[in-house]
Amino acid sequence: MNELTKLSADALASKLAAGEVSSVEATQAQLDRIAEVDGDIHAFLHVNTEEALAVARGIDEKRAAGEELHHLAGVPIAVKDMIVTVGQPTTAGSKILEGWHSPYDATVVKKLRAAGMPILGKTNLDEFAMGSSTEHSAYGPTRNPWDLERIPGGSGGGSAAAVAAFEAPLALGTDTGGSIRQPGAVTGTVGVKPTYGGVSRYGAIALASSLDQIGPVSRTVLDAALLHEVIGGHDPQDSTSLTDPCTGLVDAARQGALGDLSGVRLGVIKELGGEGYQAGVEARFQESLELFRSAGAEIVEVSCPSFSYALAAYYLILPSEASSNLAKFDGVRFGLRELPKDGPLTIERVMGATRAAGFGEEVKRRIILGVYALSAGYYDAYYGSAQKVRTLIQRDFDAAFSQADVLVSPTAPTTAFKFGEKMADPLAMYLNDVATIPANLAGVPGMSLPNGLAEEDGLPSGIQLLAPAREDARLYRVGAALEAMHEAAWGGSILDKAPLLNGASAGNTPQLHTPDLGGK
Amino acid sequence: MTETLVPFDEVLERYDPALGFEVHVELNTVTKMFSSAPNAFGDVPNTNVNEVDLGLPGVLPVVNKAAVESSIKIGLALNCKIAEFCRFARKNYFYPDTPKNFQTSQFDEPIAYDGYLDIELSDGTVFRVEIERAHMEEDAGKLTHLGGATGRIQGADYSLVDYNRAGVPLVEIVTKPILGAGERAPELAKAYVAAIREIVKNLGVSDARMERGNVRCDANVSLMPKGSSTLGTRTETKNVNSLRAVEHAVRFEMERHAGVLDAGQKIVQETRHWHEDTRSTTSGRPKSDADDYRYFPEPDLVPVVASPEWVEELRAQLPEPPAERRKRLKAEWGYSDLEFRDVVNAGILDEIEATITAGASAAVARKWWMGEIARRAKLAEVEPAELGISPAVVVELQGLIDSGKINDKLARDVLDGVLAGEGSATEVVAARGLEVVSDDGALQAAIDEALAAQPDVAEKIRGGKVQAVGAIVGGVMKVTRGQADAARVRELILKTLGVEG
Repeated sequence: MNELTKLSADALASKLAAGEVSSVEATQAQLDRIAEVDGDIHAFLHVNTEEALAVARGIDEKRAAGEELHHLAGVPIAVKDMIVTVGQPTTAGSKILEGWHSPYDATVVKKLRAAGMPILGKTNLDEFAMGSSTEHSAYGPTRNPWDLERIPGGSGGGSAAAVAAFEAPLALGTDTGGSIRQPGAVTGTVGVKPTYGGVSRYGAIALASSLDQIGPVSRTVLDAALLHEVIGGHDPQDSTSLTDPCTGLVDAARQGALGDLSGVRLGVIKELGGEGYQAGVEARFQESLELFRSAGAEIVEVSCPSFSYALAAYYLILPSEASSNLAKFDGVRFGLRELPKDGPLTIERVMGATRAAGFGEEVKRRIILGVYALSAGYYDAYYGSAQKVRTLIQRDFDAAFSQADVLVSPTAPTTAFKFGEKMADPLAMYLNDVATIPANLAGVPGMSLPNGLAEEDGLPSGIQLLAPAREDARLYRVGAALEAMHEAAWGGSILDKAPLLNGASAGNTPQLHTPDLGGK
Repeated sequence: MTETLVPFDEVLERYDPALGFEVHVELNTVTKMFSSAPNAFGDVPNTNVNEVDLGLPGVLPVVNKAAVESSIKIGLALNCKIAEFCRFARKNYFYPDTPKNFQTSQFDEPIAYDGYLDIELSDGTVFRVEIERAHMEEDAGKLTHLGGATGRIQGADYSLVDYNRAGVPLVEIVTKPILGAGERAPELAKAYVAAIREIVKNLGVSDARMERGNVRCDANVSLMPKGSSTLGTRTETKNVNSLRAVEHAVRFEMERHAGVLDAGQKIVQETRHWHEDTRSTTSGRPKSDADDYRYFPEPDLVPVVASPEWVEELRAQLPEPPAERRKRLKAEWGYSDLEFRDVVNAGILDEIEATITAGASAAVARKWWMGEIARRAKLAEVEPAELGISPAVVVELQGLIDSGKINDKLARDVLDGVLAGEGSATEVVAARGLEVVSDDGALQAAIDEALAAQPDVAEKIRGGKVQAVGAIVGGVMKVTRGQADAARVRELILKTLGVEG
């Protein structure tokens, strides 16, 4: 592995700025790493070789010409395939969009281009971001770099695995109920769900509009802050976007890394822990609380009693909104069109055949659930009640944030499970998001960062930090402090302990996917 | 299917009609309701669209502020309350003219509600129609079904979709059930839609052209047996696109409903299609109250907040309401009730006002527009305003008459010339030589000729039968092709014959 790929985005950016390395070299190193390991990992659905190198070359030329560039200019990045890109396919992990090219760029992609960041390609995900394991991708699962028999989390398993496997220093994810944070936890990466509205959703294919948020995936807290500042800010094309950007994130990360948390009150959420949580995950969490104390933070226990209804409310609101958002995938204007085998070619029949062929089981399951929950006569009982729960959860957060500046919990109850383990039991799968979902229901920002390995399986666990809306900077301060203490304790990044995967042989990888380095 | 229609008079003997209208008004904003694409009519199909209008993956709507302002103005003009806080909702249904497969509309939180509109019928009766709500939504695209005989989807080989209209801002104005209209129901229907059209045009928020679908009416009709107060089952005649058609559709449905009810059958709650050629409706699709659109608040849009300050600012911008304007003009012009109503019914209020502004008296303006111009319009089967006679022409013509250059009869010939494009009235008079002959010498010759031709009449006049002078005047006018001043001619004849007038 080229050592360039092990650099954090910030470190690489500094080397680029100092002229020690070119963006073409850095980008090529990532492309080589992808070629080397992605046959095993399958983090990418599309690799954007030529364009990424062309962008890198352009940045190198501008730098040589003395142009003032963004700090991250020339630093390559991967983008979850839920986010539309001109010049690359966007599939949302679904057959129904196979081969579709968006004629417009998502706002965040425009911002990446404006910052001069080469886009390495599009990363794998559960179909339409529905899932916690990336097993529900129509193009085959992504594997966890820590153990190829295990899931990389979902739905953003591709982005998390790409960053964990050193295929990219940075990635974008989308988080509807934990799809950035939960994969972060099980792959040993940093994942942030910004305050709802803090990052434009324009161009992120909608799963559940009131819950979705685009956010950064990285290997360090500072890197996430750097990327967050690139993609954040008001977008006139997204009316739910906040008019004033969340600022001071990078400063907060740098300040936090100094390790002083005196005066910070951390609230441990009573309801997120204990029963159902893996022992190793719990143990690492308790150790981190000790670290926080040692940094001067005050630890208080807070109670969020309505969180016990969060999962139920989420699995009514998400499918309801999704059933409406996915209605546009009908085989009429874009994407797959499947004709019925026999009988007349009416629009209803073409639509039916297209959706039958184009949507996977999990997507169909949630559409049916959503249609049912929104239907007349059931609306009040289901969707209406779920919205009320949402209000209760917001109140829980308000009360908790009156006692604490940042709330903490394990990100996911367990480390990565094995492929197929929970496929037959959707409810067990849904439980994986129990700790991450409340933040989406309330619109507050959340971060997951590596929290050490569980002793029973040697796999990464994550710790989640939650802050009040618009207070994303607090996450970076507290997260960077914990990260600094962890690195001191571990002697470096947790990912240094991950398998190198160098030259992994085809024999060692299973038949779960076909390597797709396409771009054709 | 044959319909048994009950004659209208008989319908009213047994039933009371209840009406209800849903009028869709297309706003004339520069851009669409939720996108920055142009809101324009008649362009090449699928050119005024962007990714938002096409509902591509990842797009988000943004509310058009100008459309909200127009909606508030409509609400205010309809005497509605304006919601301080309202949301959009998604109305989920599959149809290829709706790119997202849901329509973004307002459901239980309309921007305007609880209003009324006073409708003046042709005899001056004022009928108050209560407005339930006016809400904002987006229009759908336009489907063209080809290959079939009827232009409808049934029997068509294929359909074309034009999304230019998709996302055009609409305000849907919904009335409460209108009871008590009785025999005036068809007339009220027409007058109501006309009033809405007039209001939105006057506000400047819509082009209000029904033939282009800027204003479209769905007319609900039901009958209840006399003495009953329970509303009957209604039908909804969709997209009636002219005032006359609204009137006819209501009348037809009343007659058809009575036929069904008289036969002891039940009205099917359904939509109906209006057919202008046969002036009848046919069955559309069944429409029950249980249609499940799975409405829920549009999560991609933040609520619309209309602060009282903003609403008052918009209220201050409202033009004079048409009804108040009429009241003011009637007083200013001094017309009688009947005269004024005739003018209103003829649809020439603007023209008369412009003519008066251009310098004519109220009486003169009325004389021309209700007289010669109306006569010509009727012959040409157009509206008087569409004839092409400008208020300035009227003023010029009247000026020529008042100065004695031409008379009323000659003025008609002058008008012919003006309409034929021969120039201004004065130019036509000169070019066609239509000026009144005021040269006594020329007249005298004609008089002598006429007297010589009718010696017996001349004798009578000499004998004192002065009223016989008319026959000679007629002869002179004939010779001068009407270009003589009849009074002067009469004077000269009497003088020639030595008789005292």
